[in-house]
Amino acid sequence: MIKSSFKMAFASVASNKLRSFLTMLGIIIGVVALVVLLSITNSATSTITDTISSISTNNITVTITDDKDKPLSLSDLDDIASLKNVAAVAPSAVSSGNIRNGSDTETIKLTGTTADYQSINGVELASGRFIRSADVDNHTNVAVINADTAIDILGCYNTSQAIGQSITIDGIPYTVIGVVKQSDNKVLSQASYEAYIPFTSLERLSTTVRDVTSFVIAPKSDAVSDLAQQEINSYLLSRFSNDSDAFTVVNMKVIADTLSKVTGVMSLMLGGIAAISLLVGGIGIMNIMLVSVTERTKEIGIRKAIGATEGSIMLQFLIESLVLCLIGAGIGLGISALIIAGINAFTDYTFWLDARVCVVASIFSIGIGLIFGFYPARKAARKDPIEALHYAG
Amino acid sequence: MDDNKMILLSDVSKIYHIGDDTVKALDHAKMYVDKGEFVSVIGPSGSGKSTLMNIVGCLDTATSGQYFLDGQEVADYSRNELARIRNRKIGFIFQDFNLLQKLSAYENVELPLIYQGLSPSKRKEQVEDALNAIGLWDRRDHRPNELSGGQKQRVAIARALATHPSLFLADEPTGNLDQKTGGMLLDIFHRLNEEGNTILLITHDPNVAKEASRSVKILDGHVSEAKDMSEIEEVV
Repeated sequence: MIKSSFKMAFASVASNKLRSFLTMLGIIIGVVALVVLLSITNSATSTITDTISSISTNNITVTITDDKDKPLSLSDLDDIASLKNVAAVAPSAVSSGNIRNGSDTETIKLTGTTADYQSINGVELASGRFIRSADVDNHTNVAVINADTAIDILGCYNTSQAIGQSITIDGIPYTVIGVVKQSDNKVLSQASYEAYIPFTSLERLSTTVRDVTSFVIAPKSDAVSDLAQQEINSYLLSRFSNDSDAFTVVNMKVIADTLSKVTGVMSLMLGGIAAISLLVGGIGIMNIMLVSVTERTKEIGIRKAIGATEGSIMLQFLIESLVLCLIGAGIGLGISALIIAGINAFTDYTFWLDARVCVVASIFSIGIGLIFGFYPARKAARKDPIEALHYAG
Repeated sequence: MDDNKMILLSDVSKIYHIGDDTVKALDHAKMYVDKGEFVSVIGPSGSGKSTLMNIVGCLDTATSGQYFLDGQEVADYSRNELARIRNRKIGFIFQDFNLLQKLSAYENVELPLIYQGLSPSKRKEQVEDALNAIGLWDRRDHRPNELSGGQKQRVAIARALATHPSLFLADEPTGNLDQKTGGMLLDIFHRLNEEGNTILLITHDPNVAKEASRSVKILDGHVSEAKDMSEIEEVV
């Protein structure tokens, strides 16, 4: 019975192709809007979230803006490291120096830090090692350089060849001990030449770096990130005479959480707008189904005369509206896939068809088919067989 | 209750209210059709023929009186129960054929069997038997608009035949056909009757009414037995 109903529904949809297509158009546009918009938002969201977690493993960054003549030293960082929810602390002093590239002079970004910096910020090395405690204690002139520096300055395309070579920063020779893995994200590594050197070594090299004014902290776990932030806050408040303007504490986890909230609201909003267009498509379905029921009054009369119950007439028209919506949703999904493939082909972005969104759009279309098909189907089922038989349409 | 009666109408009335007017389409009608009988109902237009056919065909229910079909009283049934009775006990044959234009001859004959909930293999068997019986099996894939009037009416007969109904209810079956084709169709009715089927044929044509073994006349909602040919002819 159901199988025959589907067969008849397909036959009926196919018998008036132009009208069926125009009816489906609303559903097609609705599904395309829903799937494309939400797929793009979801792709963008996960790209952003991945980027954030790739540049920082949920660490906390502190910048001192006013040290009240009580500057922090490396030993003060040890105090912070011993706080209950803090796992590690490392200074992050940024300066710049000159390096020679043949006859040209280039600027290199220098970050003075200690051994723990690698684990806190998740620095990945292509070869060699990172700065060690002994390097910091002995003010050793060693450097961990980035891949661009290794290639351009030292001419080492194979990063391991750079290990042990010397680069001269502001006239002082540094031994290369490690090379940082090239970042996948081009946008985030603007400076072409970068190097990590021991904090103590940078203090000697630079005229501006004297105290610890910026440092990064890793909480014991993501779960205690908020607690660690509070502990650091109260430590710094007591140090800088309760002046909360003397320093800033930035918790990457909080930023990431806020961002995911924002994108969540955005996809809800876009989804809502797209859902409205699907709803409007549903009204189109109802409109045409009502016309179809009137046009087919005679058919309904014949079916009833030879024994169709109200239920089977209702089922027939419901399935017809369902078939319209399902075919519409299928075409809509196909067009969505083409649009996203087109965006990927002609722009630098990489989006993907979100499977969850496709499932939601399909279920939504089925719901629309049933809800907006119900009234016309009931109208068909309730027709009086005698009047319907004598209908001259 | 007589077991031999396929149709028994006892004081059946049907009253319509049109605005302030009341129209008695059937006025205490009494009639019967025995099992295996071929009976015609003759009356001019507006005599209540259609109302009689609607009530006998379970498309409508009477305002008062009793109607027994195959020994069962048809009363106070819901619309769905009436649909089931039409599906299983009545084989309709209409003046304008009433075939579904979008379906093939085969599918038209199969339709009531789908509503009976029969399995596809059982349906195929019954459709094949019915189309073979009226000699249109080789035309099974044709749509109604590819068939002649006589062929369409034969498909309609096959549609009725396929369900093995208790009663064939034909409403002016030859009305849209020429005399020769109409005659061929009446031959089919005779054959069906000889095979033991009960047929009630409603018409306004005395020549068609005469084909039945017994005639009933209807005038202004009153039903009575037609004794002989002259009585049939004077009705219209």
